[in-house]
Amino acid sequence: MSTIHVPTMAEMMAQGQNPDILFWVGCSGSFDDRAKKITKALVRILNECKVNFAVLGAEESCTGDPAKRAGNEFTFQMQAMMNIQVLNGYKVKKIVTACPHCFNTLKNEYPELGGNYEVIHHTQLIQELINSGKLSLKDGGVFKGKKITFHDPCYLGRANDVYEAPRALIEKLDAELVEMKRCKTTGLCCGAGGAQMFKESEKGNKEVNVERTGDALETQASIIATGCPFCNTMMTDGVKNFNKESEIQVLDVAELIASAAEL
Amino acid sequence: MIASVIFSVLLIGGFGWFTMNILKIRSNILRGRDLNRNDQPKERWKTMALVALGQKKMFARPIPALLHLGIYVAFVITQVELIEIITDGITGSHRIFMPALGSFYTFIISIIEILSVAALIATIGFLSRRNILKLARFHKPEMKGFPTFDANMILCMELLLVTCIFTMNGADEALYLQGASHASPEAGSFGFAISSWIGPHLFGGFRVETLHILERIGWWGHWIMVLTFLNYLPYSKHFHILLAFPNTYYSNLEKKGKFTNMEAVTNEVKLMLDPNAEPFTAAPATEGAPQRFGAKDVTDLTWKNLMDAYTCTECGRCTSSCPANITGKKLSPRKIMMDTRDRMVELGDARRKNGQEYEDGKFLLGDYISEEEVWACTSCNACVQECPVNIDPLSIIIDLRRYLVMEESKMPSELAGMLTNIENNGAPWQFSPADRGKWIYED
Repeated sequence: MSTIHVPTMAEMMAQGQNPDILFWVGCSGSFDDRAKKITKALVRILNECKVNFAVLGAEESCTGDPAKRAGNEFTFQMQAMMNIQVLNGYKVKKIVTACPHCFNTLKNEYPELGGNYEVIHHTQLIQELINSGKLSLKDGGVFKGKKITFHDPCYLGRANDVYEAPRALIEKLDAELVEMKRCKTTGLCCGAGGAQMFKESEKGNKEVNVERTGDALETQASIIATGCPFCNTMMTDGVKNFNKESEIQVLDVAELIASAAEL
Repeated sequence: MIASVIFSVLLIGGFGWFTMNILKIRSNILRGRDLNRNDQPKERWKTMALVALGQKKMFARPIPALLHLGIYVAFVITQVELIEIITDGITGSHRIFMPALGSFYTFIISIIEILSVAALIATIGFLSRRNILKLARFHKPEMKGFPTFDANMILCMELLLVTCIFTMNGADEALYLQGASHASPEAGSFGFAISSWIGPHLFGGFRVETLHILERIGWWGHWIMVLTFLNYLPYSKHFHILLAFPNTYYSNLEKKGKFTNMEAVTNEVKLMLDPNAEPFTAAPATEGAPQRFGAKDVTDLTWKNLMDAYTCTECGRCTSSCPANITGKKLSPRKIMMDTRDRMVELGDARRKNGQEYEDGKFLLGDYISEEEVWACTSCNACVQECPVNIDPLSIIIDLRRYLVMEESKMPSELAGMLTNIENNGAPWQFSPADRGKWIYED
């Protein structure tokens, strides 16, 4: 595995440079041990394609998504305004993020507060890189013939109508994409959205992530692909709940692509 | 002559009462907060054409969609016949348009008859789905009592309406065959698609006097059913047949993930972040009495939320796709809409009686919707996606959360911790903001 190269906006600015795109890492991608692997997989792809990018590093802060979904508009807007000051200070034009919650908030909720950027999800960027020939996957890769199912993150799918980019990437793996009975517009939530990630669920007869993992197991896939660090956590826990860790893996689409490109 | 008078009195009374109820509903909806949904008229007409007129979202579930289409098309086309019934009723004529329209008249009535059979089959199908197959979504807790009665009532009215149409046309056909119809002095056949068969087969053996009575029962029955149906609508979930159109026109055209921005908060936050601002001398950002943050009662919701509630036909597609409800939690998006409507009716009636400033000490949040329901939502938008008439239960849930958090600081304790972490560390977990870039150097 190659060493990664991750410049910060501050470093680039000091050298009088301006990146083409900002990689918004997000809280999960920065702090959560599992999500950090997704972050690094994406960085390896960016490095391989020589994408001129930078991160904010310590200058990045929570977008405020969980605060807004929890009903605390004050905390959300404080976060948003501070982030917008930083982003506008660096004259950021384009942002990529591996978190659909950050993606949704930056793309849809920052403009009204003065933050106007072109925001894309990492699966969209990777698709662009492959289509433009900057990234090529190795023939007969590790996923050849494997069954992979894709779990739609709510904030990518229903919330923003992005269904095809992650699927197009899975199809590039020479793998068999199998859909769950609830997919795309009818996809079932993993249970983490709306700030549920940070609290116990209300009384019921099942956890949402267990119900959703059941859908994935029914497909007989050997990999559950996701495009969201929270979905990843929820599905991983769901698989553990069924004691199926040896049969089915939960991986981000960026991780699949990075291994297929042998990065 | 007496018949014409009775008919006209029923006409004026029926439509008058209906108009009064419509105005009541309008005034209830207007108790909601302002919201501008007049932009992008082209896109709005398109949405209405596809979703309401074209029933696009119904077809996500093909079987009920086809049954529903049968009733819908029959209902719309049958209104053509109503023009003749009203004209005949006022003037005392019989099938006034028949001579002038000739074979086109036969064609139109035949179409109506064929669609009525489709509607009959669909109605029986719907009654079976509810009462024999007992589909789960029709038997959730919020459906107990009136909602179930209401649904069956509407379907029974439809059965009665179709029966009246065929009694009327069938008996008239039998009369015509004997040369006794008021439509023509000679013997013959109307040649309508269904009643030309029903006439001789069901009514063939009856005497002329009996047939005249049967024909009148069918005709008056039809008219009285139309008026009953019309005046039942404002009290029923069936009101969707009217509100589906404006409700889809005023749909949210933004991405579903975009939650509304609270302007009042923006002004406060700007003052807090502006080093030159003097918060104590700053003019209040909004004129008039300060509004509550979020929603505690229906008057804190937008008029669109309230229109949504009146449009809801309680089909339960939202609830059957809600991850919280699927996993046994108390939250049901349909109940959120039903509660909003019930509370709106209650408050509206109380204020019409006791004055517009009257407070009855009850609230949507607490008396109708519990905190447990509000906190079970994952904001996944499945309910919004599923709704065939573009109702948005999620925005009500979020406004209730906003009230709880921003006005009462009431929330699950873990969420309070999460919010403190964001405020102090810039992350929902307790990590130092300085460590945010640490992953770069880790193996």
